[in-house]
Amino acid sequence: MSLDDAIGAFAAQVGPNGPVTITGLGTRGGPVVGVRTVRAPSGIEWIQPAEMTIRCGAGTPVADVDAALAEHGQCVVIADFGTIGGALAVGHSDVRRLSWGPVRDTVLQLRYVSAAGEVVKAGGPTVKNVSGFDLCRLMVGSRGTLGFLADVILRTRPRPTHEQWYSSRRDPWALLGELYRPTSVLWDGTTSWVLLDGHPDDLRGQAAGSELVAVDTPPDLPPHRWSVAPSTLTELRDEPAGTFVAEIGVGIVHRSRPAPPAEPDPETVELHRRIRDEFDPAGRLNPGLDVLAVT
Amino acid sequence: MTVDAVARSHVAAPHGTTPLVARLRSVLRPDQVRDGVSEVNLYRHDASNLVGHASVVCFAESTDDVRAIVLVANEFGVPFVARGSGTGLAGGAVPMGGAIVVSTAKMNRILSVDPVNRVAWVEPGVLNLDLSKQIAHLGVHFAPDPSSQQTCSIGGNVANNSGGPHCLADGVTSAHIHAVEAVLPDGSVTVLGGEEPEPAGYDLRGVFVGSEGMFGVATKVCVKLMANPPGVATMLLDFADVADGAQLVSDIIADGIVPAAVEMMDQLCLRAVEAFIHAGLPVEQAAALLIEVVGLPAAVAAQVERIGELAGRRNVGGVRVAADDAERALLWKGRKSAFGAIARIKPNYYLHDTVVPRHKLPEVLEQVYEIAARHELLVLNVFHAGDGNLHPLLVYDAREPGVVERVHAAGDEIVRVSVAAGGVLSGEHGIGLEKRDLMPLMFSEIDLAAQADLRRAFDPRCLSNPDKVLPSPAGCGDIHSIPEGAWV
Ligand SMILES: Cc1cc2nc3c(=O)[nH]c(=O)nc-3n(C[C@H](O)[C@H](O)[C@H](O)COP(=O)(O)OP(=O)(O)OC[C@H]3O[C@@H](n4cnc5c(N)ncnc54)[C@H](O)[C@@H]3O)c2cc1C
Repeated sequence: MSLDDAIGAFAAQVGPNGPVTITGLGTRGGPVVGVRTVRAPSGIEWIQPAEMTIRCGAGTPVADVDAALAEHGQCVVIADFGTIGGALAVGHSDVRRLSWGPVRDTVLQLRYVSAAGEVVKAGGPTVKNVSGFDLCRLMVGSRGTLGFLADVILRTRPRPTHEQWYSSRRDPWALLGELYRPTSVLWDGTTSWVLLDGHPDDLRGQAAGSELVAVDTPPDLPPHRWSVAPSTLTELRDEPAGTFVAEIGVGIVHRSRPAPPAEPDPETVELHRRIRDEFDPAGRLNPGLDVLAVT
Repeated sequence: MTVDAVARSHVAAPHGTTPLVARLRSVLRPDQVRDGVSEVNLYRHDASNLVGHASVVCFAESTDDVRAIVLVANEFGVPFVARGSGTGLAGGAVPMGGAIVVSTAKMNRILSVDPVNRVAWVEPGVLNLDLSKQIAHLGVHFAPDPSSQQTCSIGGNVANNSGGPHCLADGVTSAHIHAVEAVLPDGSVTVLGGEEPEPAGYDLRGVFVGSEGMFGVATKVCVKLMANPPGVATMLLDFADVADGAQLVSDIIADGIVPAAVEMMDQLCLRAVEAFIHAGLPVEQAAALLIEVVGLPAAVAAQVERIGELAGRRNVGGVRVAADDAERALLWKGRKSAFGAIARIKPNYYLHDTVVPRHKLPEVLEQVYEIAARHELLVLNVFHAGDGNLHPLLVYDAREPGVVERVHAAGDEIVRVSVAAGGVLSGEHGIGLEKRDLMPLMFSEIDLAAQADLRRAFDPRCLSNPDKVLPSPAGCGDIHSIPEGAWV
């Protein structure tokens, strides 16, 4: 079955009424429990290396996309687990975000099945496009409450030919300031870890200049993500070292306990209500899921 | 409010001011509200050829001012339109239906700069280049650099999700905006997005960027700053055949190199610019590519060498690498003064903006030349080749009978061949009024209805810059008026 046929079948499955939920590989929270469950089409439709784009079903495992792109020396900016659709619906970035940017910037075009059971296209196939409102960014991070992703065209990037993690006892903000575009700067209150990619001579030069020691792996990341303004990360100096790993310059803090619920202002809550009312008036898609409450 | 009531609110009271103007003067300082005919007429258009109709122009100085204006607009049921510098090319800031023009020109302060975490808060009227100039001493810059950067505003950049030569590697405006404080169309004020990387809920920031003034007025913008690169190499490569140059663009990307910028100029453009700035450009050649690679020294050197090799396989003529900052500046001046230079050829120009897949560049460029020739028009091409973003520039003299119609007909064909080649309507100028009625070339009715849903969620009364982007009356009951100068 072609991807387009699979999308048609997927839309029929979602249908126009009744509660319905969607799952990928269940690595990012899985479906809403107790509700009829559907899965998005999977499979890579094409890769265009000279365009740096790939089209695939939303149910395609990230690992498959990564392996296929590796053959062309490319990759996508999506953490390598679960499905593409799940990763986009949740919208969490990878530890390389400091240099590689957020997940939301990777989607060029997507199709989703709406609450009415119709296939809706957003965005366009080219790497640059401002035709119409940005429904792609609306969908990324919307956790399947506005529509179920069916297929996507993603922007790829060159896969680094040389990449190396380093550690250092130096202050992470000093490293952030003196290194040119580090891919990641992590800190646990005592140790800093830095990921660099690029030309091997440049890596050596940067490492020597900043007294970095090569290491095999980055630290293990505690399971919960806290999202804070990067300027407030200095407050972590007052916390016991080793209880967190912070992404310096980004503002994600990985901790063992979950983040407290967000406290959005009433205008933001109202906008969310209005958007959801427009896109899913009956609240049938992933029913009960409150995007402002999940972390 | 009925159409009649809207009309009445524009009718001057005996002492010369309309009730609308009087009300605006009661919520702002009177000198911030301008309704003189000649002054208001200045705000009937942007940098496109489209002309609308404004009832009054307000110069906001703060979020509170914008909020006060928007509340008055709601009270009178009169539309409003945010305006930055008016350099938009798609009619985005053209006032429709006697709208209140909300100028942000006086909201031009840089509010805070954090050079460590590389973020800044600015007011929307800050000019793009002013921002980068004022923070240059901190070793950082704001990456989006539209060719209009000396005059366009950050608020306009946000609304149009603008691009520029250096957006190839670093992304267009949306990738550089963390948060927007906005006055929503109902007058409420909120911050969309945030300095934190993953604010809870929908990406309302992402949705606002590129919404062309239809989701409210940005009153503060939190921008991402980038570290200035330690090394830069700027190359000018010329070709006897446009197709060779266009092909090289794909070759470079396929090789795993994403330069900071890849710009193309064709012969007519090279000649116009050379006559203007005398930079020693290869005027005998069919086209030239201006390529810039940035970064650490070994990477820059390796990429310059590799690009040279790839160019050799595409019959490159000359390869000129700028020897110093002065030569680099001169080459960029050539690129950025193209618009000034063409004024010497003909008094008028129409600048198009479409995107095609990079590998279709040779073929579509060929079609663009054919279309222009068939309509007996001169076309210059100067564009962001790296991301396939074409900018065919039709130059003409509007006094010639029938020429304007030919320009419009040719433009329409250029847009259609671009979309037919797998491309899109606009890469950076936006849809506005100009391409509103071409949206069905890319989107089905169902797709457009979803965009209208989003618009309605932000602006149920359709007061914020109505009549733009969406082709058919989008559930707002607004009957589209046809602006002067429309060609679709
Ligand atoms: C010579 C020339 C070269 C150009 N080169 C480029 C280029 O390389 N790349 C590119 O992308 N564009 C380019 N442009 C187009 C234009 O400069 C950009 O679109 C620019 O971002 C518009 O900014 P502005 O302040 O002039 O906005 P305006 O024209 O005043 O407004 C544009 C749109 O933004 C809305 N808007 C303005 N301020 C706000 C606000 N505070 N809140 C909400 N909405 C707002 C308006 O309502 C309107 O819809 C060029 C234009 C010219 C004339």
